[in-house]
Amino acid sequence: MTDQLLHERSSTPPAAAAGGVAASPPARRRSRFSLLTRRDKILLGVMVGVPTFIHVFFIWLPTILSAILSFTNWNGIGLDRIVFVGTKNYEDLFTGVYAPFWPALQHNLIWLVVFTVLATPIGIFFAVLLDKEIRGTRIYQSALYLPVVLSLAIVGFIWQLIYSPDQGLINSLLGTAKTPEAIDWLGNRDINLWAILVAASWRHIGYIMVLYLAGLKSVDPNLKEAAAIDGATETQTFFRVVLPVLRPINLVVIVITVIESLRAFDLVFITNRGLNGLELLSVLVTNNIIGEASRIGFGSAIAMILLVISVGPIIYYLTRSLKAEQA
Amino acid sequence: MPALALRPRRLMARALVLGAALVLIVAGCGIGATEAPTSVTVGSNYSDEVPKAAFASMLEYCAGETDVEATINTTEHGKFQDSINAYLQATPDDVFTWFAGYRMRFFAGQGLATDISDVWANVGSNYSEAFKTASTGDDGKQYFIPMYNYPWVVIYRKSLFQDNGYEIPTTWSEFKDLAEQMQDDDLVPMAFADKDGWPAMGTFDILNMRQNGYQFHVDLMAGTEKWTDPRVADVFELWKELLPYLQTNALGRTWQEGAQSMINKEAGMYFLGTFAGEQASDPAIHDDLDFFPFPVLGNEWDAENAIDAPIDGLMLSKSPKNLAGAKKLLECVATGEAQIKFLESSPNNVAAAKDADTSGYTPFQKKMAEIIGNSGAIAQFLDRDTRPDFAGGNGMQKFLQDFLADPDQDLNAFLTGIQTFYDSL
Amino acid sequence: MTAPAAATSRPAADVAPVARRRRTPPGRMLLQGFLIVTSLVWLAPILWALYTSLRPYADTARLGYVSIGGDYNLQNYVDSWTQAELPKYFLNTLIIVVPAVILTLMLASMVAFAVSRYSWRFNLLLLMVFTAGNLLPQQVVITPLYRLYLALPIPRPLSDNGLLYDQYIGIAIIHIAFQLGFCTFVLSNYMKTIPRELNEAAVVDGAGVFRTYLEIIMPLCRPPLAALATLQFTWVYNDFFWAIILMKSGDKLPITSALNNLKGQFFIDNNLVAAGSILVALPTLIVFFVLQKQFIKGLTLGSTKG
Repeated sequence: MTDQLLHERSSTPPAAAAGGVAASPPARRRSRFSLLTRRDKILLGVMVGVPTFIHVFFIWLPTILSAILSFTNWNGIGLDRIVFVGTKNYEDLFTGVYAPFWPALQHNLIWLVVFTVLATPIGIFFAVLLDKEIRGTRIYQSALYLPVVLSLAIVGFIWQLIYSPDQGLINSLLGTAKTPEAIDWLGNRDINLWAILVAASWRHIGYIMVLYLAGLKSVDPNLKEAAAIDGATETQTFFRVVLPVLRPINLVVIVITVIESLRAFDLVFITNRGLNGLELLSVLVTNNIIGEASRIGFGSAIAMILLVISVGPIIYYLTRSLKAEQA
Repeated sequence: MPALALRPRRLMARALVLGAALVLIVAGCGIGATEAPTSVTVGSNYSDEVPKAAFASMLEYCAGETDVEATINTTEHGKFQDSINAYLQATPDDVFTWFAGYRMRFFAGQGLATDISDVWANVGSNYSEAFKTASTGDDGKQYFIPMYNYPWVVIYRKSLFQDNGYEIPTTWSEFKDLAEQMQDDDLVPMAFADKDGWPAMGTFDILNMRQNGYQFHVDLMAGTEKWTDPRVADVFELWKELLPYLQTNALGRTWQEGAQSMINKEAGMYFLGTFAGEQASDPAIHDDLDFFPFPVLGNEWDAENAIDAPIDGLMLSKSPKNLAGAKKLLECVATGEAQIKFLESSPNNVAAAKDADTSGYTPFQKKMAEIIGNSGAIAQFLDRDTRPDFAGGNGMQKFLQDFLADPDQDLNAFLTGIQTFYDSL
Repeated sequence: MTAPAAATSRPAADVAPVARRRRTPPGRMLLQGFLIVTSLVWLAPILWALYTSLRPYADTARLGYVSIGGDYNLQNYVDSWTQAELPKYFLNTLIIVVPAVILTLMLASMVAFAVSRYSWRFNLLLLMVFTAGNLLPQQVVITPLYRLYLALPIPRPLSDNGLLYDQYIGIAIIHIAFQLGFCTFVLSNYMKTIPRELNEAAVVDGAGVFRTYLEIIMPLCRPPLAALATLQFTWVYNDFFWAIILMKSGDKLPITSALNNLKGQFFIDNNLVAAGSILVALPTLIVFFVLQKQFIKGLTLGSTKG
């Protein structure tokens, strides 16, 4: 019986359920909470309190402490060695005393731009193609998102087999392997960021494709029919009918694209520890903090800049998704 | 809604499943907890196959000698260095592998190592004064037991030189002539790799010491000489003369790959530490390896003939669980017999102890000892002679890679950048 | 959901009636061809790794990597399995992943239950804190976290050095803390679609809060829980960063992070690296093929809400 109920529930469109919730007036809801026994209230408190404590203690507390540490100079040994230095760390960053900062920021932006204008639209494009009822669509779908289940570490290794100047696939095919003419895809700092972005996009495109395809499947086919009857081309239907309906998923895709670009780390770290043209903010933070000689305050300052950049998209996402849903 | 009638038994079952999950979690985290009390734990950075086996065989020998059983905890070489700071503060092993020089003094100075002057009182006579100095912290006490060192030299294959009739060059012009000749023979004159950021430091060091002498190296590393000094610019100019003979695409190549191209006779020579020999897994090829010191430039420093010959060894963490056992182990490691055990498995270094039986040395090792003996001054290495935050990935590793990526850049601006960074630390 | 109505009316107004290109068989063929080529391109890197891994190093050194011939065998797999001590690292991963996933789902479902089934003043704030926390770049928290891990005392059975640093439990906890955000968000959205009347029925039946949670709501949440479990397994398994930062002992590294350390041991034998990579990717690939539906559902649950 419970199983049957479960099926009914899970197949209920969210809109209907949401409507049901909205229908119950707030006053009644609050009274329901007060119906609870004292013991139940305590229990609920624990159920919320323990996870909240874990989350806040391990995520938000360190974030706040990072902000404080960013104004200090500390080699990480002994709390008594922390020295407040005001905004010196930030000044060193912005005035170029610390040379890798601007290149790293630039690389993060390039990453973001490539993901936004190339990888994400390509992912959406594949989703649209696969949404058509064609033969073998499941196979194509699987092929495209197979990379999504691989760790970025593995992605890094697999692409090294392709890029290596001496043993790599591309140089072998070009006949330049083991010659001075070999293209050093990962070592030449003019091209290595782009080579890495190809590998990163390989995975990102599949990710976006999966998300978007699920969104497309949820679009009422009648809408598209109606548009077609009205004489809209497929392209027009997509941009004017489908895209607006998919606003929630668009939001998720935008946020994922931005956050993934800012978080990028594993791939460059695997490739060359984020040196030589592959500097990213995340790598600089890590290098300053976990290195043999830690510059904790300085690393924290870079982390704060990373935080400030990511706060924008996070707030955008929260206000759009949570507020809208609550309304 | 009859289906929702609550069944206490099922509730029980669910609670049991939850409970079992928790027990599993607790049990899972407890795995691997205990170890024998008489043993000493050793944190090792010997992650590559050859030295890993060598280190294990040395400690096995010492276990037989001293009854101190060592438990080796291996961490990848680079990661070991990266996490050394936290490692030493948290729960370090009793004994850990480390390097002589500034890098040793830094952690001793931070109170993260145990003074082992008493061990040195027993084993000191087995080391030369130079080794003792390299093992001494800023406070005059000893913190380090040297195991071996290895010189940075120009390595080549004897058969290649024989077949092509190449002569060992001793001067800069002979060296360049040989390189030209190799190019005519379709060889890359010198293998070169700097993907990991540090191998190029060896090239900088040798050019600097050939050009400006040992003392300038020491003062530059200590910050008393400036990077904006014209003498530093001379070093990079010299490097530019060398560049046409170096393997291209160095920034994408690991030293292992560089060594392979020399071993495979694609490159004629390779300037690296003698650990490059680890890459010759075939003993016949290893026997075919030989080397010579980097050529002199024909200036006032020719006689000094300084080289990098870094010392590797062991240190004691700040509060070892088994202090007595750890010290016994260190005393054993300070003997020639123990060090020879290491070198038997990895004949790419020479023992630090005086009483090491060198009769079993391979010609490769004999040559090493000879070159080290003929050098008027021994440096550790750029990243062992200066502060670690300056040497690391944000500092000199990056700067040298920047130079290699664009050797024709404005040297003044480049060197000013290095000095500015040093001053900001 | 007012957008659709507005959207449908607009195209009708300003879309010029273009000559209709009904989908014709040639177009379909083109599409099929395009998709086949794309799929092959997409699979090529993995297939290349597979091909390389089946050949002895000596053969590829002699014949070149782009070649046919020589031996084909599983020796590289045997070598990387034993030389790299992969079983040990797989076990490490298991010790981290299993508790992390179970605890994350348990804790997240509790919060989700409380915020979605009962009215609190801080419901929205709580959800925001969790969701935003999940989106923070990891680097923002590492320094203080690192120090916390070195400072917090942890009793013996949970930690063999009395700390969170260099411990399985430490890695598990940070995964739990981060992933709680995502799972809470997804589960609370799902639970909101379950009618409130069920709660009332439970109260009438005399069930307390905990029994309502365990007996009524949790069974109904099986689909999202299964999907999240699949997804979380993959994510935690694939994590590289936390173990690199918070683990020191080479012996305790989970498999994904260990692979990087093993590179040194492999010298420059790409064939062995390829075999090792495939072995390490295998569990996620199996999950992918067996639980494909759950995986996709997990990914999309968070975005399409329910």
